[in-house]
Amino acid sequence: MSEAQFPLAAAQSAREIEAEAADLLERRDFGDMDEAALEAWLARSPAHRAAYWRLEAAWEYTRRLPALQTQASEAVAVNAPRNLFLLLKIAAVFVIVAALGAAGMFYVTAPRERTYATAIGGHELVSFADGTKIELNTNTVLRARMTTAERVVWLDRGEAYFEVKHDPTHPFIVIVGDHRITDLGTKFVVRRQLGRTKVALLEGSAEFSVANVRSRRQSALLMPGDVAIGTANSIAVTREPEQQLFRALSWRKGLLVFKHTTLADAVAEFNRYNGEKLVLADAATGALTIGGTFSVHHLDDFTKLVQLVLGLHVKADGNEILISR
Amino acid sequence: MTEARDPSRLEPELRRPDAGKAVSDVKNWFVREVLPLEAMLMHYLQQTWRNRSDLEDIRQDIYAQLLSAAERGIPTQTKAFVMRTARNLLIDRIRHEQIVPIDPVPDLDALAVAAEPDSNVVARDILRKLHGALDRLPPRCREAIILRRVEGLSRREIATRMGISEKTVAEHITNGMRALAGLIFGETGRGA
Repeated sequence: MSEAQFPLAAAQSAREIEAEAADLLERRDFGDMDEAALEAWLARSPAHRAAYWRLEAAWEYTRRLPALQTQASEAVAVNAPRNLFLLLKIAAVFVIVAALGAAGMFYVTAPRERTYATAIGGHELVSFADGTKIELNTNTVLRARMTTAERVVWLDRGEAYFEVKHDPTHPFIVIVGDHRITDLGTKFVVRRQLGRTKVALLEGSAEFSVANVRSRRQSALLMPGDVAIGTANSIAVTREPEQQLFRALSWRKGLLVFKHTTLADAVAEFNRYNGEKLVLADAATGALTIGGTFSVHHLDDFTKLVQLVLGLHVKADGNEILISR
Repeated sequence: MTEARDPSRLEPELRRPDAGKAVSDVKNWFVREVLPLEAMLMHYLQQTWRNRSDLEDIRQDIYAQLLSAAERGIPTQTKAFVMRTARNLLIDRIRHEQIVPIDPVPDLDALAVAAEPDSNVVARDILRKLHGALDRLPPRCREAIILRRVEGLSRREIATRMGISEKTVAEHITNGMRALAGLIFGETGRGA
């Protein structure tokens, strides 16, 4: 693995260039590649760049092998209940914390660490000195340690949208339980749910990894349009059309946007934002689908539409609104 | 066969307004829009070009031209642009080499290059291919790649685990990289 000698591009066949590209990529993957030498090689001709990027793209796809092969990893599955208990404990703690901060956003100063939280229905934008912006959705708790030495955020509960200012010397890391998102200059949204973490990437790229003590490390490199769901010991990556991703971010404007959405899903979404809860009478009602744009707080608009369009009955009962056929 | 043209002089309306793109944009376009078309492109070249041993060089020339063009402005209709570049390049080659191809450069319409494939479908297709591609690698090559990608072992650890030299590990990995690119994008993989 000595320094490669590159003959003139014009004399090189596709196979020769590809062989060199593979050699460079292999060395880079194992961490013994001089970035400047790689840059110089890439600068030689468009054919060089094409060959390297093509191999690199295929190699990046193999990052998904761990996700594809999770069925094969046997022993790790037994950890799940333990993690679930831990999550429940953490959740219990934050119920208390959220109760304290129910008025809206609050923070607790710890050494260089700040906590940001929103109550149910809350929505807060936090800007940091480095230019990074974080938007907290409803019922969210987030801690941030943003110093000159490190940029780490813990999403302890809920959902947040990140617009990260890229800084190659200080990677931006989001920790969600056993999951970790290492940004490479991006816009992405992270939602923490019981036992799982969902990451949707809108721009740039980010590495998503599972690293709990017992299971072996797994990671996936996310590209725009990728939606990754991490559980205690696996990562699954799918793709969603851009429109759908942006629809899922409509909460940033205080809106819920549905399109062929089941009532069950729509109701679950509304219930994230309101103290007054929608309740479906039965599963068959929940299976009906609906579309439209609603303000997260205006349950009336939604229930009226449900009555008019789907012919359902809506009955308020204390803190609950029952929807039935 | 009279309309062979330099694809870099292609109609300006096919370009996005923001010309002079950064390298990362060109790369992003190439990886996300051009590479998923490789299987279709290779199918076209195979139908058109008699000598199979030229195909990789032709593909390289096409990609080089596409990148040169994209560095001046990212084309909007990628599929049409790729196929036109391919066709023009083949026509130039035919002229240059004074040879007669199997089918004198079929019209693009005849190849049913209809709607742009849904990027969702392409991505799922690539993942499906990735799964199949791994099975088609030679066993030792596959083993080295899994140890690297799934277990995250170092070159030395893989060498120890497999009982081979680090140099041989590097060969397995580089062969695997090349074969996987062919299997995932072009369906022309020769199994390393």
